[in-house]
Amino acid sequence: MQTLEELARAGEGRDLFEAVLEDDCRERGATREDSLSRMGALLEAMRRAQAGYDPTLRSGSGMAGGDGARMRRYARERGGVCGPFVGEVIAQAIEMGESNACMKRIVAAPTAGSCGVLPAVLLPYQRREGLRDEDVVRALYVAGAIGQAIATQASISGAEGGCQAEIGSASAMAAGALCYLGGGDAQAVCHAAAIALKSLLGLVCDPVAGLVEVPCVKRNAAGAMIAMMSADMALAGIRSAVPPDEVVLAMRDVGERMDASLRETGLAGTAGTPFGICMRERIQGGKATP
Amino acid sequence: MNLFDILGPVMVGPSSSHTAGAVRIGLAARALLGRGTPRRAHIALCGSFAATGRGHGTPRALIAGLLGMEPDDERIPDSPRLAREAGMDVSFGEEPLRGEHPNTARLHVEAADGETLDMTASSLGGGRIEVVEMNGLSVLFSGELPTLIVQNRDQPGCVSDVTGILAGEEVNIATMRLYRDHPGGSAVMVLEIDKPVAGEGLARLRAIEGVFSVTYLDARRAL
Repeated sequence: MQTLEELARAGEGRDLFEAVLEDDCRERGATREDSLSRMGALLEAMRRAQAGYDPTLRSGSGMAGGDGARMRRYARERGGVCGPFVGEVIAQAIEMGESNACMKRIVAAPTAGSCGVLPAVLLPYQRREGLRDEDVVRALYVAGAIGQAIATQASISGAEGGCQAEIGSASAMAAGALCYLGGGDAQAVCHAAAIALKSLLGLVCDPVAGLVEVPCVKRNAAGAMIAMMSADMALAGIRSAVPPDEVVLAMRDVGERMDASLRETGLAGTAGTPFGICMRERIQGGKATP
Repeated sequence: MNLFDILGPVMVGPSSSHTAGAVRIGLAARALLGRGTPRRAHIALCGSFAATGRGHGTPRALIAGLLGMEPDDERIPDSPRLAREAGMDVSFGEEPLRGEHPNTARLHVEAADGETLDMTASSLGGGRIEVVEMNGLSVLFSGELPTLIVQNRDQPGCVSDVTGILAGEEVNIATMRLYRDHPGGSAVMVLEIDKPVAGEGLARLRAIEGVFSVTYLDARRAL
């Protein structure tokens, strides 16, 4: 499916997941069982990546690591401003981003830099609601279809469209997946995705020293929070005033207008601050040895 | 892009282009050399690989691929030590781009029996790669479909011999490209095919007069 409109139509009067599964089988010439087992393996890999978080690891630059454990401890001991459930989501998003920065195994969703968003909302929600793995796998199909519509019409690459194309897309995918699990119909799912994407429109890709660490790790938590907020709005019956596909095209337009210094080149934004420049000189000044 | 281009791959971080793609480039060089783990490798990092590769683990990822690891192998960060244990001597340098994609590596690898390979490959994002140069010849293949790379002398009949054997094996050709340095010189055929070729078929291809080497890359395994 190329657009959110097509996705919304495909889900009319039936389970949206079934429509996406059929579409995948047709597109790749795969059987239903093959497709389901492959998606099940991705969920399992996400869970393993989550369980494999090591709070003692630090990235090569020293900028990433340990914050997930800090957040988790705080949320557990003090509840936190957002409460224990949201505290858990924030902790998981940061942990996955840190695992990625520290060369641990993760699932790109849709990219490695944004790998923390989807599992951080789905895994804690599954536990709280007592959902079966089967249900979460279905939500992953919905998330994937939203990502496809965005990738087809715009981009999921930070180098092309800025961080809005990476964390923005991940957040839209997670919002749609949560809305689906919360009982939203296909229209609501597409609007949840649009509300999330709109909320992150214009976000630049400005990695310090070009590394997937600062500000990428914490933006995974931001993407997860906006996904939850957007799912709740859509489930409450709120609709994006701008039609969902027009939001996707707006993201593309903003990405095209974005200066190259703000598209993964590590030159401007946080990367262009005195701190960012100092880190770049320190890290890239060395020789290219492992 | 299909659903599993959006979700996945399962990979060792931090970057699908600078880490997962770099592993695949190493794997491609290993497969094209066709002699297991090389004895020696010199790798030149170009463009963004040179600028930010070290922080993304690009050198370690390239070494891991040369050792035969897949992009989801958790031993990738430890690959320099594993290379020393395997007796593979690796050195790195930097070179300017020559019009290639910004994420590019040039590899010179040498097998224990003295066989060598020069290869240039680029990482396109999402872990996808393309090989753009092989032993001095410009080529272009991704390894996303089962791929046959036939190196041969540029002489009449070679292409027909290769396609004839594939027809006999009932293997359908999806795409085919021919490259050569000069008439009668060395040539490369790159054939993307719809199903794997059996060992016997590969042996028959290798026996063709004028064929120096036949490399088979399986989309799901070698790359």
